[in-house]
This record gives sequence, C-alpha cells and structure tokens, in this order.
Amino acid sequence: MLKLDNLSARVGEEESEKTILNGLSLEVPAGEVHAIMGPNGAGKSTLAYLLTGREGYEVTGGTATLDGKDLLAMEPEDRAAHGVFLSFQYPVEIPGVPVMTFVRTAMNAQRKARGEEEMSAPEFIKKAREIGGILNIDAEMLKRPVNVGFSGGEKKRLEIFQMMMMEPRFSILDETDSGLDIDALKTVANGVNALRSPERSMLVITHYQRLLDHIRPDKVHVLAKGRIIKSGGPELAEQLERDGYDGILGEVA
Amino acid sequence: MADDVKVKEGIDADTVAAAKALQSENYSAGFKTDIETEYAPKGLNEEVIAFISQKKGEPQWMLDWRLKAFERWQNMTEPGWAKVQYEKIDYQDIYYYAAPKRGAKYESIDDVPQEILDTYEKLGIPLREAEVLLGVEGADETAAEARTGESGSKVAVDAVFDSVSVATTFRKELEKAGVIFMSISEAIREHPELVQKYLGSVVPRSDNFFATLNSAVFSDGTFVYVPEGVRCPMELSTYFRMNAENTGQFERTLIIADKGAYVSYLEGCTAPMRDENQLHAAVVELVALEDAEIKYSTVQNWWPGDENGKGGIYNFVTKRGDCRGARSKISWTQVETGSAVTWKYPSCILRGDDSTGEFYSIAVTNGRQMADTGTKMIHLGKNTRSRIISKGISAGRSDNTYRGLVSVHKKSEKARNFTQCDSLLIGGDCGAHTVPYVEAKRADAQLEHEATTTKLSEDQLFYVRQRGLGEEEAVALLVNGFVRDVMQHLPMEFAVEAQKLLEVSLEGSVG
Repeated sequence: MLKLDNLSARVGEEESEKTILNGLSLEVPAGEVHAIMGPNGAGKSTLAYLLTGREGYEVTGGTATLDGKDLLAMEPEDRAAHGVFLSFQYPVEIPGVPVMTFVRTAMNAQRKARGEEEMSAPEFIKKAREIGGILNIDAEMLKRPVNVGFSGGEKKRLEIFQMMMMEPRFSILDETDSGLDIDALKTVANGVNALRSPERSMLVITHYQRLLDHIRPDKVHVLAKGRIIKSGGPELAEQLERDGYDGILGEVA
Repeated sequence: MADDVKVKEGIDADTVAAAKALQSENYSAGFKTDIETEYAPKGLNEEVIAFISQKKGEPQWMLDWRLKAFERWQNMTEPGWAKVQYEKIDYQDIYYYAAPKRGAKYESIDDVPQEILDTYEKLGIPLREAEVLLGVEGADETAAEARTGESGSKVAVDAVFDSVSVATTFRKELEKAGVIFMSISEAIREHPELVQKYLGSVVPRSDNFFATLNSAVFSDGTFVYVPEGVRCPMELSTYFRMNAENTGQFERTLIIADKGAYVSYLEGCTAPMRDENQLHAAVVELVALEDAEIKYSTVQNWWPGDENGKGGIYNFVTKRGDCRGARSKISWTQVETGSAVTWKYPSCILRGDDSTGEFYSIAVTNGRQMADTGTKMIHLGKNTRSRIISKGISAGRSDNTYRGLVSVHKKSEKARNFTQCDSLLIGGDCGAHTVPYVEAKRADAQLEHEATTTKLSEDQLFYVRQRGLGEEEAVALLVNGFVRDVMQHLPMEFAVEAQKLLEVSLEGSVG
C-alpha cells in the first residue's frame, strides 16, 4: 500500500526554509493501521500535507508511492481520486456550501476521475443517514454550511463522516483526537474501526495514547527530527505515555 | 504581453500565448452576426435625433421630449467621480441608430434574416416561439404549450437587436390577462397616454449625463404595464444584443405595476467581441403603485474586453424604481459578470408608507475589468424598509467597488435598513473597495451595516481539492458558496445560467 523511502522535505520560502523531513522511511501494508507519534515540531503534520499534495513543501529526496504509483507527481485531487484521504487537524470553513452538497460534489468528482458512474441522489442520502447515525450527526447538521459555526468536536466528527462516505483506501488522521471529549472520542473511533478492512489502511497521527486505546494500531512509529526513530507494536504507545518522548529520545540517542 | 504575466518556469512563451488566446474564447457570446444594417449618420445632432424619431414613427411630443433632452445634454459635463478609468468617449464617433436592414417587422418567416435566427440559436434564447415572433396565425398557443410542457414555467421574451426590438413573444396570452408587454417604440404609438404619464417620472430627463443622453437618443427598449390587481402570469424577459460596430446601445425600459399588481422581469445582455469600446447607456424606470410588487433581475454579460483591457463595453446605466404607493415593493437582483467598465446603481425611492426596497447584487470582475456599482435607498415614507446584500468578487487585475447610499429623510418615521457588503479577492493583483454613504435625518432610523473582505484562501482551496475537486471546480464551489444568499433571489432558470456564467468568468483566475 503506502511506501515512503528515505523521504526528505523542506518547507517555506527560500530565505526562511527549514528542513522538516530528513530521510523518513515507512511502509504501511494493506489492511493495517499504523500510528505515528512524536513531539511537537517532529514533522507529523508536514508528513500529512506532503502525502496529500499541499503547496509550500518541497521534496528534496526520496520517494512516496501508493500501490507503486508515484504519489508526489500527482495533483491533490488526483491523489484523492486514488483513495488518499486526510482528516484535517484544523478543518476549514466553507461558507454558503451545505455539507450534503459539498460531500456529494466531491464524491462525484472522485468517481468521475476514476471513470465511475455518479452516485444517485437517493443512494447518497440513504448512505449519509446511515453514517450520520453512527457518528451522531443529524440531518440538520448536514444542511448547514461546511464547518461554519461548528464546535471543535462537530468539525472532527464531520471529517470522519466524510471519510466514511468516501471510503478511501488510504486515510490519514491528523490529530483527530484533539478537541474531543471522551464520548466524542469513542464515537469517532467507532467510525474509524467500522472502516477497517483488509483492502484499506490508515495512518493515525497523534500526540497521545488515548485515541489508540480505541483505535488499536498494528504498529506504532515514533517520529522525531524528521524521521522514524523507533517502531514497535501497540505497547510502544504505552511506553511513550509512561516515559514521555524524552525517555525514548534519550534511549535512541 | 507576456512580461506582465507571472509564468512558471519551464513554460515557453508560445504556450502562454496559446493559453491567453483560449482565455478570450471563454466568452461564448463573442460572435458577431453578419447582417445588413441600416445606420443613422454617425455622430449626434438634432437631425440624427429627428431621424431616429422618424424611423420609429413617433408623434411630435416624443420628438420634442428628445430634443429638450438633447439641448440639456449639450450643457452637461461627463461625470468622473467613479473609481473607474476609461478612454475618453468621442460622442460624435458613435452610431446612435443601427437596425437590421430588412426592418423590424416581419410579415412571414421568409422575411426574417436567417442570420438573426441563427444568432438566437447560438445564444440559446428560447425562440421555439419563432413562429409567434413571425406572426403566424395560431402559432401563439402551440408554442406556449410546447414550452410549458417542457419546463413547467413560461417566459415571454422581447428581443432587442442593436436599436430595434425584433421580437416579442406570448403577446396574445399576456393580453388576455390585460398585461401590456411590447417594445417601447410600439408603446409610444399604441399607448401614448401611459408613456406620457410615466416616462421620465422616475429618472427625469435631466437626471444625469448618461440618462439625459439616453433620453435624447434612445432607440428601443421594453414597455410593461400590469393593470390593477393582476399578477402577471409569466416571467417577462428582454434580451439585449449589441451587434453592429461603433454603435451605442441606448435602450429605455419602463415598467409600471398598477395597484396590487405583481410582475417579475428578467433582463439578459451580450455583445460580440470587438476591439473597440462600445457604449451602453440604458435607462430603466420602475413604478410600483399601492400594494404592487416588481421584481427585476439582470444577468449582464456584455463583452468585457480582452485580457489586456482592449475593447469591451462601457456599461453606464441608470436604473431606478419608485415605490410610489403605500406597501409597494421593488426588488433588484443583478449578476454582473461582463463589461469592461460598469457604472450603475439600481436604486429605490421609498415614497409610499410601508414600502420596501431590496438590492441583491453579485458583481464579478476579472482581467482588467472595472466595476463601480451599488444602490441608493431613499427613504421618504413612514415605516419604509430596505435591504442591501452585495457580493463583489475580484480576480485578475480588476477593480471592484461597492458604492451605496442609504438616505433617511425628515418625514420617514422609523425607517429601517440592513446592508451587507462582502468582498472576495482571488489572487493578489485585484482590488475591492466599499464606499457606503449614510444620511439619516431622524433619530428613530435603524440602520445596520456589515462589511467583510476575504481572500479566497489557500487553506480552503487545498481542503476542497483534497476531497477530489480540481482547481477550477474548487474555485467555482467556493464562489458559489460566497454568492449563495444572492443567487437564492434569482428566478430558477436564471440562477442556473448565472451559476455557469460565474464559473466561466472566473476560469483561469487562480494558479
């Protein structure tokens, strides 16, 4: 599925540019959920943006492929059509565009790019209702403009709603747990777990272990100074929670 | 040309030139129709005005009215306070009258130049009523059925080609309801008492430089009268097309809704792509008597000039509605995407007590376009209310100004206004300006004003593209969201068209 090989990148204008990723290698096979943990400024969000094609980042070395296809050569929308989805840390407001309109337009654009038929309106509405039910999102919320006036928790739930609607093959969850209370965390985790399947994989970026109590990862990687410094099973997250990043960093150094 | 455009490395000049050529082709209405045209002599003097009046078969009073306007106009100076720049207009270098040579009236289908019919087809005007236009007996009903069957709603069309109204549809059906819908030239001949009573009663002959010029030389336009208590059974629509070269278009529209009447009127405009500038100086007057309501919608897509600002229409228009009776209502909705320079303020005079004025506007500028547009709400009566929602979108190197006035006079007890002006900037080379004037002579006036300026953000664009939309689609989606409050006020058929127009107007505005 996803393969990053010795990936290096920097950010910003030439004057103030800064190396963020420094020889990062990582492989997420189909069907697996991997977690990336790390201290602030480790390059976690940069990795998410780089994989989804945000402007402002320059790849200086290495490769990133999804099923052997060069991700870095594709436009953001082509990556989306290939099944790459990002649940944003800070979801963006889109005034005047109702959630339903937005999600449907986006899904049909992806389908069109893949040469598939558009989803019919009744089929779409039925699916939206079902998923809304799982995530505690009512019809009223789906009529409101995307993220406008939404609480932090509502915004995160809406990200997961979109993910479940689009059924991406490879999802990146960037700090989805931040700003969520414990009930919302469980709701979101239920959604994410419902999407797990042998042909899908996920990369869960987080600071804390608490999300991983609900979304059990197959592997945990520690990202620091732009590369993976340690990988392990779920127990690594527990160790991090206990000893802190300093403990791990000291151990590796 | 390529010097002033930022070009990404590795793209050669030919590619840029080819892309630019395509940009101009975005204007799908930019073809011209080759038909023989009859002109008045170039330039403006009393003889030309007499020529126009005579061509129209006008009575003496109309000619006198025009000549008085002309006399006045000669002593006026062209105003210059708007935030627009354009090359000085040589008023003696314009044709003030141009008409398809075969004449405005067609007795049979063979008389209508094929080129005109083709033009309508290209423009997508619903001239399925072609036979009606051509005056074939009995065709009226057939065409009416045909259209109703398809969309469930009817739109009657008056088409003005350069200076002449070439076709008005559904006339018979409207007559049954008592609605008069015809070209203003015909109305001057057939309903002189109504025209004399209302013409110039909202926009006086000497109102302003361009309105006065229009009063002297207007060649055609639309006249609507909806009698007392009648709800006009269909949308009325006029389609304006400037075709001939070096021609000014000066149409005059007069709409009267008598007591308790209702009418919804749509206006659409296009012009061919030409290298020289063309002047469009229309006057629109609306009169709403007691309990009457007029809804006036415009989709303006005059040729905006090329990407370097060459050519394009100067759109200097005076539009004003008079809520003359108590509880009357006038609502302006406009979608302005075209013209090189736009200078217009559809306004409401809230004379009747409890009357309401509304202004909903979307103004898009791209390339080198300039728009200075807004509204005036003049509160004279008691308990009058007005509402202004303006959405300006600037892209390219354009300038977009909202200029508005809310004025509350001494006798206007408890007047209320709500104004919202939002500007959206796409890219870093364009400008948005908001100039709201408020004059309140009473302490009990309630005036609210909200204004925002936002830049189409990289964050929004990326978010939308991450979900699978291409760059152009992403911009269109964000812009449609931005203008949604205004779009909702357009009649259904028009809203779809307007949405497409927005997308086309903003193509190539990012990246």
